Amino acid sequence: MGRFNLSNQYKAIVIGGSAGSFQGIVKILSGLPENFELPIIMCLHRLKHVRNGFVEALSIKSIKPVVEPYDKENIKMGKVYLAPANYHMSCELGNSFSLSTEDMINNSRPSIDVTLESAAYVYKNKLIGILLSGANRDGAMGMKRIKDRGGLTLIQDPAECMMDTMPTAAAKLTEIDYSLKIDEIIEFLREVNKVSKG
Amino acid sequence: MQDIEIADLRRLTEVIKEQYDYDFSNYAMSSFKRRIQRILELYKIHTIDMLIKKIREDKSFFGDFITEITVNVTEMFRDPSFWRELREHVIPNILLNHQTISIWHAGCSSGEEVFSMNIMLKEMGIMDKAKIIATDIDKVILEKAKAGQYPIKNMELNEKNYIRFQGKTTLSDYYKEVNGKAMLDKSLLQNVSFREHDLVNGNIFNKFDLVLCRNVMIYFNQTLQNVVLKKLHESLFKYGYLIIGSKESLIWCEIANKFIVVNNEEKFYKKIKD
Ligand SMILES: C[S@@+](CC[C@H](N)C(=O)[O-])C[C@H]1O[C@@H](n2cnc3c(N)ncnc32)[C@H](O)[C@@H]1O
Repeated sequence: MGRFNLSNQYKAIVIGGSAGSFQGIVKILSGLPENFELPIIMCLHRLKHVRNGFVEALSIKSIKPVVEPYDKENIKMGKVYLAPANYHMSCELGNSFSLSTEDMINNSRPSIDVTLESAAYVYKNKLIGILLSGANRDGAMGMKRIKDRGGLTLIQDPAECMMDTMPTAAAKLTEIDYSLKIDEIIEFLREVNKVSKG
Repeated sequence: MQDIEIADLRRLTEVIKEQYDYDFSNYAMSSFKRRIQRILELYKIHTIDMLIKKIREDKSFFGDFITEITVNVTEMFRDPSFWRELREHVIPNILLNHQTISIWHAGCSSGEEVFSMNIMLKEMGIMDKAKIIATDIDKVILEKAKAGQYPIKNMELNEKNYIRFQGKTTLSDYYKEVNGKAMLDKSLLQNVSFREHDLVNGNIFNKFDLVLCRNVMIYFNQTLQNVVLKKLHESLFKYGYLIIGSKESLIWCEIANKFIVVNNEEKFYKKIKD
């Protein structure tokens, strides 16, 4: 049995990140086993009008290519997804993505709350939410929704964060299951993978 | 606030269908739900039942409802590389075989896309060759499009896009600043007719050489995307062009084989079969 004593109920992972999260994300994506099974759905704050470059930068060291999904693209096992620039990205029942140009939320588009809340709605207690470093409060409400629907909540240890506003805001709003350093998050995800493969 | 249940949304869309002949039942669930949530907060309505009651009883409220349910966020020269491609390849291509160009902006919102089109055509010296029809489901937003006045703070982004589009002058040549608003040059609308039109329940009303339907179908589920795509297809002349938003795709639509991809990055499709 692993350190986190996990069950095999999980079907997807959502990750939110903002200022100071890039290095951590890169480390996570390069530290995962290549056979990582669950879909990883990421919403990271990014420059609004730069369509290219970011996903390439993330993909360089990642174990698998990071893709920005098209509207209504199916969410598939083993894939890593990133919310595209200037669109909110939601999960739909039936496991597909929807994109939207609704107003900015928490000054952000894509907004982490939008991705997390919609994922919580679709995956309920089968979801793991991870919130990393960031200088605003986006994502806190989303983490609460994940918790309320029975999912598992993780934040990057505020002590390790370049900007701890975001994870701290989440911890104030809802119960957080684990506060972990990036290396421990990788260890956690490796265990998730082992357990979900049975 | 309580999460809205799917059953609630179903009851709501049924009432609207019965009473007003609009059909939102196949809008994408995630954004539709957020829009409803927003309306409840905006009007301080506490339950879906109260919203349904208000919609049933208050016709003028329903107009506001349409305005709030739709997402009108738009920009001038959104995706500048798309506009460059349009100027450099697609428009010249159409003009190889045509004296004039007919254009439909489906879901034109507050008109930024239409102004962008005519600024581009004017700079190409061919604005008089184009006839444009611009439609939207939302009456209120169409009035804004006709007025052509935008908050001055939006112009910074519009100008940035225009620069990346590599236009001939500067965007400020096309508007005057009056009372904190950018008033667009009205002569840019002389070949444009704005109309209220619902892509879901509306008829096919014309045929076009070029149809732009960008960032509209993202608010529909796949079933409805299929229905609407058929209408867009029927509204195109053979070998006419369809343009969708940069993060949309036709590949999983039933009639995808009636189009070819001309440019996948900028989402240009060409109708090749009736
Ligand atoms: C996000 S705006 C797109 C504006 C512009 N085409 C762009 O890409 O920037 C979407 C527009 O689609 C309109 N719309 C939504 N449902 C519609 C329908 N059933 N028929 C026609 N227009 C619709 C909305 O009112 C809104 O103005």
